[in-house]
Amino acid sequence: MNKDIAILGVGMHPWGKWGRNFVEYGVVAARAALADAGVNWRDVQFVSGAATMRNGYPGYVAGATFAQALGWQGAQVNTSYAACASGSQALAAARSKILSGECEVALVIGADTTPKGFLAPQKGERPDDPDWVRFRVGITNPTYFALYARRRMALYGDTQDDFALVKVKNAEHGFDNPNARYRKKFSAQDVAASAMVADPLRLMDICATSDGAAALIVSSLDYARRIGKKDAPRVAAISTVTPTFATDTVEMPDLATDSAVAAEPLRFRAALPRKAYEEAGIGPEDVSLAEVYDLSTALELDWMEDLQFCARGEAARLVREGVTRIGGRLPVNPSGGLACFGEAVPAQALAQVCELTWQLRGQSGSRQVQGAKVGITANQGLFGHGSSVIVKR
Amino acid sequence: MDAPVKTPVLEGWFTLDEREPHLLGACCSACGTYYFPKAIKFCRHPDCAGETFEEVKLSRTGRIWSYTNAAYKPPEPYISNDPFVPYGIAAVELEKERMIVLGQVASGVGVEALKVGMQVELILESLDDGKLTWKWKPLAENKP
Ligand SMILES: [Zn+2]
Repeated sequence: MNKDIAILGVGMHPWGKWGRNFVEYGVVAARAALADAGVNWRDVQFVSGAATMRNGYPGYVAGATFAQALGWQGAQVNTSYAACASGSQALAAARSKILSGECEVALVIGADTTPKGFLAPQKGERPDDPDWVRFRVGITNPTYFALYARRRMALYGDTQDDFALVKVKNAEHGFDNPNARYRKKFSAQDVAASAMVADPLRLMDICATSDGAAALIVSSLDYARRIGKKDAPRVAAISTVTPTFATDTVEMPDLATDSAVAAEPLRFRAALPRKAYEEAGIGPEDVSLAEVYDLSTALELDWMEDLQFCARGEAARLVREGVTRIGGRLPVNPSGGLACFGEAVPAQALAQVCELTWQLRGQSGSRQVQGAKVGITANQGLFGHGSSVIVKR
Repeated sequence: MDAPVKTPVLEGWFTLDEREPHLLGACCSACGTYYFPKAIKFCRHPDCAGETFEEVKLSRTGRIWSYTNAAYKPPEPYISNDPFVPYGIAAVELEKERMIVLGQVASGVGVEALKVGMQVELILESLDDGKLTWKWKPLAENKP
């Protein structure tokens, strides 16, 4: 049985720090996706929303909230929470409905309004909450990214200049992207001149948080054929596996790894694309482009290795050789990545799929990856959540 | 007169022996897996049904797996003086427990003094609010 579904339409609300209600962004993205798909809102049978968790914030009820804002029309509804992978889980829910024959066409949607300033835990003395605990002893988000970056420097000889090259590349990629928040070219000198946040990472090595929304209209292959879109890009794999004990990396917000006395240490990030490749029946050699979660510049290098684009320790060389630039053999983050977008958690995994869709249709204008046939996404968030999606044409 | 007893930033996370402090962990009686922090009721090894744990003192020396610093003042609930003084942070690999544990680095030790693979020991120091916390300090004699 063919387990593919078709991506009929995609849409986004530009990323930024707009400070408006997330529902507004979601509706803009959904209407754009519907128009792109040529599908009437009344024909959508399933609304799958990607949620985020913030106390006192209505993002919990994503699916129903967007369905109401678009006008109740009796569709079935779902809300998925999986931190940075929320969008992929919402997509997986839609795929299950479609493949089981319960619906033919679905809207998958995620939107976010991020709070101003530092992401900080809720108030109060809460020693049972690992997120509160680590802030209490002075461990912030950049700490984790910096530990991974420094580890690369010690193990593979990567330099801060290598990390800066990732920023320079992504800034160039996103420069013309109308949905990107930061559209400015930077030099390696600009990166080196930005303030140190968590040695070896500087301000410009670390991504910001943003408002934004992304939406997909997906359907059965049969439905796509019936409306004259048999060549639409297809979702070939959605991996949302958990880590496997014992995890080898200290993950936010923990203060320690698992103990590996009774089980081998394993890397979570590498497991995500491995499952996606297996599901799609393809390998890294088949990939034309990738959208990866560059929470930091150095993390993009980790992802390249986790995606098996090269052996461990080789990623910086690929960046130096221009392999991951648009025009190179394997462009990474042609959208500009988180470096140009900033993170809008429940929308980000879907934004990655939007970019792959435009690229595979040849509609990416100045950032087009020539001959793009297969794209892969990768992301990882809190609490053992992560995903990798493969789109092919 | 005795010096006033200092309170730990987190109750029960480490011993208060200022000369040779230990982090307090748990060890699964069934499979030997260690946990830090020690609050654990059900073993997380997927093949282990263990529900009894022994409180154990974790190794107080290890090697630096990686390190960084906090160049900016963290948000609350971290409490720090003004002006903020940056501090180092190390992820330290404990050989016996086969786990990596984070902690601040002893005050006055900057990132330039740290190296991956360096041997460190656990010490107790006060945070700016006077509460005791665990920190990692490079050993005077470091064997490669
Ligand atoms: Zn056990």
